[in-house]
Amino acid sequence: MALIINEEQQMLKSSVKEFLKERSPIAQLRHLRDTKDSTGYDKALWTEMANMGWVALNIPVAYGGLDFGYTGLGQVLEETGRTLTASPLVSTVLLSATAINLGGNLLQKEAVLPYIAAGDLIVAFALEEGRHHHPTNISTTATGKKGGYSLNGKKVAVMDGHVADKLIVAANTDDGVELFLVDTNTEGITTERVISMDSRNYANIQFDNVFVSENATLAEYESGAALLERTLDIGRIGLAAEMLGGIQETFDRTVAYLKEREQFGVKIGSFQALQHRAAHLFCEIELCKSIVIKALKAIDDNSDDLPRLASLAKAKLGQTYQLVSNEGIQVFGGIGMTDEEEIGFFIKRARVVQRMLGDSNYHLDKLARMKGI
Amino acid sequence: MIATKTDVKTFRGEVTTWLEENYPASLRQPISSYKDFFWGGRNQEDVTDDLKLWFNRCYEKGWVVPHWEKKYGGGGLTLKENTIIAEEMSKIGARAPLQSFGVSMLGPALLKFGSEEQKMKYLNEITSGKIRWVQGYSEPGAGSDLAGLQTKAEDKGDHYLVNGQKIWTSFGDKGDWIFALVRTHPDRPKHHGISFLLIDMATEGVSTRPIKLISGVSVFTETFFDNVKVPKENLVGTEGEGWTIAKYLLTHERQMIGGIGDAHKPTPLTQIAGEKVGLTNGILSDTLLRSKIMNFEMNEALLEMTIERAIDEAKAGNDAGALSSLFKYVATEQNKTRYELKMEMEGFDGLEWESEASKNGALPREFLRTKANTIEGGTSEVMLNIISKRILGLPSR
Repeated sequence: MALIINEEQQMLKSSVKEFLKERSPIAQLRHLRDTKDSTGYDKALWTEMANMGWVALNIPVAYGGLDFGYTGLGQVLEETGRTLTASPLVSTVLLSATAINLGGNLLQKEAVLPYIAAGDLIVAFALEEGRHHHPTNISTTATGKKGGYSLNGKKVAVMDGHVADKLIVAANTDDGVELFLVDTNTEGITTERVISMDSRNYANIQFDNVFVSENATLAEYESGAALLERTLDIGRIGLAAEMLGGIQETFDRTVAYLKEREQFGVKIGSFQALQHRAAHLFCEIELCKSIVIKALKAIDDNSDDLPRLASLAKAKLGQTYQLVSNEGIQVFGGIGMTDEEEIGFFIKRARVVQRMLGDSNYHLDKLARMKGI
Repeated sequence: MIATKTDVKTFRGEVTTWLEENYPASLRQPISSYKDFFWGGRNQEDVTDDLKLWFNRCYEKGWVVPHWEKKYGGGGLTLKENTIIAEEMSKIGARAPLQSFGVSMLGPALLKFGSEEQKMKYLNEITSGKIRWVQGYSEPGAGSDLAGLQTKAEDKGDHYLVNGQKIWTSFGDKGDWIFALVRTHPDRPKHHGISFLLIDMATEGVSTRPIKLISGVSVFTETFFDNVKVPKENLVGTEGEGWTIAKYLLTHERQMIGGIGDAHKPTPLTQIAGEKVGLTNGILSDTLLRSKIMNFEMNEALLEMTIERAIDEAKAGNDAGALSSLFKYVATEQNKTRYELKMEMEGFDGLEWESEASKNGALPREFLRTKANTIEGGTSEVMLNIISKRILGLPSR
C-alpha cells in the first residue's frame, strides 16, 4: 500500500481543482451567504458535479455509481476544502451513502443509492444530540410499535438537514442503537434551519412519535452500533481530507502574503520570526498529508486499523487547521480581520469542521482508551 | 539478485535462518549505552567476546555493510536485500555488527566523491573494523555558521600543514582517523575555500581533550592540530570544494540524529505510563500527562507514516529530497518531548543520579543528552531556515 495517489486519482484531483477554481471560488460561498440563499448551496453546481460522477465515487456500479473508492472521493473532498465549496458532499455522499451501502438491504440500496449518484437525492445524517459529539450515548428512542417503530427525540447539528429528502437517524431500540432511513416529510418531524459561522447549513430536528416501518432499519451490518462506528470513522477520514485542502489553501495564501506584503521597506517574509512559524506549519502539514493518504487507503483496503487511523486523522487535522487558520489571520494582520479578505472564511470553516464527528480532544481521548490508558 | 516476490520470500527465509543460527544469545538484551556496540578501531576497550564474535561472523558473510561492493568489504547486495536484512535484524532486536561513523557518514561521502584508490583503502578499513573514524566539523567559532571555520591547511608542496582546533568531536579520544573540513583558500568566498581532508590522528601534533557534559559523561572532545603534516593524497574531491561534500554528508548525519531508519523502535509511552503513574477507572491518573502523551504518540505515528510516504514518493520518482530538514527538525523535537514525558512519568525515581536502582541515573543522563539533539548536525533553527528558504522560497534580508 504505497502512500501516494495513482495516475487516475491524480487526474481526478486535477480536474476537480480546475473545475472548482472556476465554478466555486470563495466568492460563491460569499454570494450564497449574502443573498441569504434558502438552500445554502448551489444546486446547479451540485448537478454538474453529479454529471461528472464526483458524487458517485464510493457507490457501487450496480447502484449507478463508479466504485472508484474512498481515496478518490478523498481527492474531491480535499479540493472542496480548498475552495470551501458548500455542497451536500459530506452529508449525502460521505456519510449517508456509506451507511446505506454498508448496512442497507437490496431494496434500500436500490431506492436510494442511484438517486444520490445522479445528484437527485439529498440524505442527511442525524446523529448529534448535545453540545458535544457522543455517539455512544444516544437518547433518541425507537420504540417498537405494530409493524414498525416510533421515533422520539431531538437531533442537532444535522448537516444539510433543512434541504434533505431523507434522513438517516441514529436511535436506541431495546436491542441497542440502530440507524433508520426516514423520509423528511413523515408526520411528526419538525426541522429548524440553523445558519452556522461557516455560512453552511445545519438543522435541529425534532421527532415526535414519528412512525417508521420495520423495513426502515439499516440492518445488514453486524450490528447497528458497529455500522454507526464504521460510518463515522469513514466520515472522520473524509472530513480530514476536506480539512487538508483547507489547511493547504490557508497556508498557500499565507506564504504568498509573506512574499508580497512590505513593511519597514522589506517583504515581511524576510523576517525570521515569521519564516520559522511558516516553516513549522509546513512540517505540520506534511505530517497531515501522510495520515490522510494512509487513512483513505485503509478505507479502500477495509482495514481493521481504521478506528485508530480515523482518530489520528481527525485529531491531527483538527489541531493543524486551528493552528494554520490562526497563524493566517496573524500574518495578514489587520486586513485579515476584515470580511473583505477571504482568509477569514477559513478560520470559520476550521472551527465548524473541528467540532463535527468529534474534535481533537475527543479523538485523543479515544486513542488513549484504545491503548488502555 | 532478487526480482520476484518468491525471491524476496526465499531471501528473507535465508536471512532469518542465518540470524537464528549466528546471533549470539547474550546480545539479546536491550541496549543501554554506546558501550553495547562494537565500534572497531585500534583502541578497543570493554568489548565483550560475543560482540566481537557477532562482528566477525557478519564480516565473513559481507553483512557489515551488505549493500557495499564486495571489493570494498561489503556483501555486494542490493538496497532491497539490505533492507530485508535490516528488517529481520530489527525483528529479533539484533544490534548492528559495527557502530561506525565510517559506515554512516564517511562511507557515503567517499563513494560519491572519493578516488578509486581512496575507496579501496578506506572502505575496506571501515568494513573490517580496523579503523574507527571521527568527524572534524565544528569549531569554537563555527557552530551553526559552519562555513565560517578557520582551521587552516597550507599547501607545502607534497603535504598540507594543518593548524587549528575542532570541537564536539564525538569519541575524538577513541578515534583513529578524522575526516575534517579545513580552509585551504582563505582568500576565496567562505563556502569556496574549504577542503575535505582525511587525517591520521596518530600523526605528530594531533591531540584531544575530553569535554565533560551536563549529563556527567564525556563523549565529545576538543581536537587540536599543531603543525600537522597531512599527505596531499588525503584530499577528497576537489581542493576548495569541500563544502559540497560537507553538505552531502550532513544530510546523512541529520538522518542519523533523527533516528531515521533506526532498527530499534523505542517502547511507546502508552505502554509504560499505566505502570508508572497508575490508573483510575481505566484512565491514567494524571490526566494532564495523559493528554501530553497522546499528543506525543500521535505525532510519533504520523512521523513514521511521513517517512513511509517519503520513501514511496521517491520510488515513484517524485522529489522528496527537501524533506530531510523536516525529518531532522520533527524527529529531534519529538525525542526531546519523549524524554520530558519519561521524566514526568518516573517522578522521584527519575531524579536519582548515582544509585544501582537507577543504573547510575541512566534516565536523567539520557534526558540531558537529548537536549543536544536539536543543536548537533544543524540546530532546529537552522532546519527551519532551510525549509523557509529552499522549500517555501521566502526572501532573504
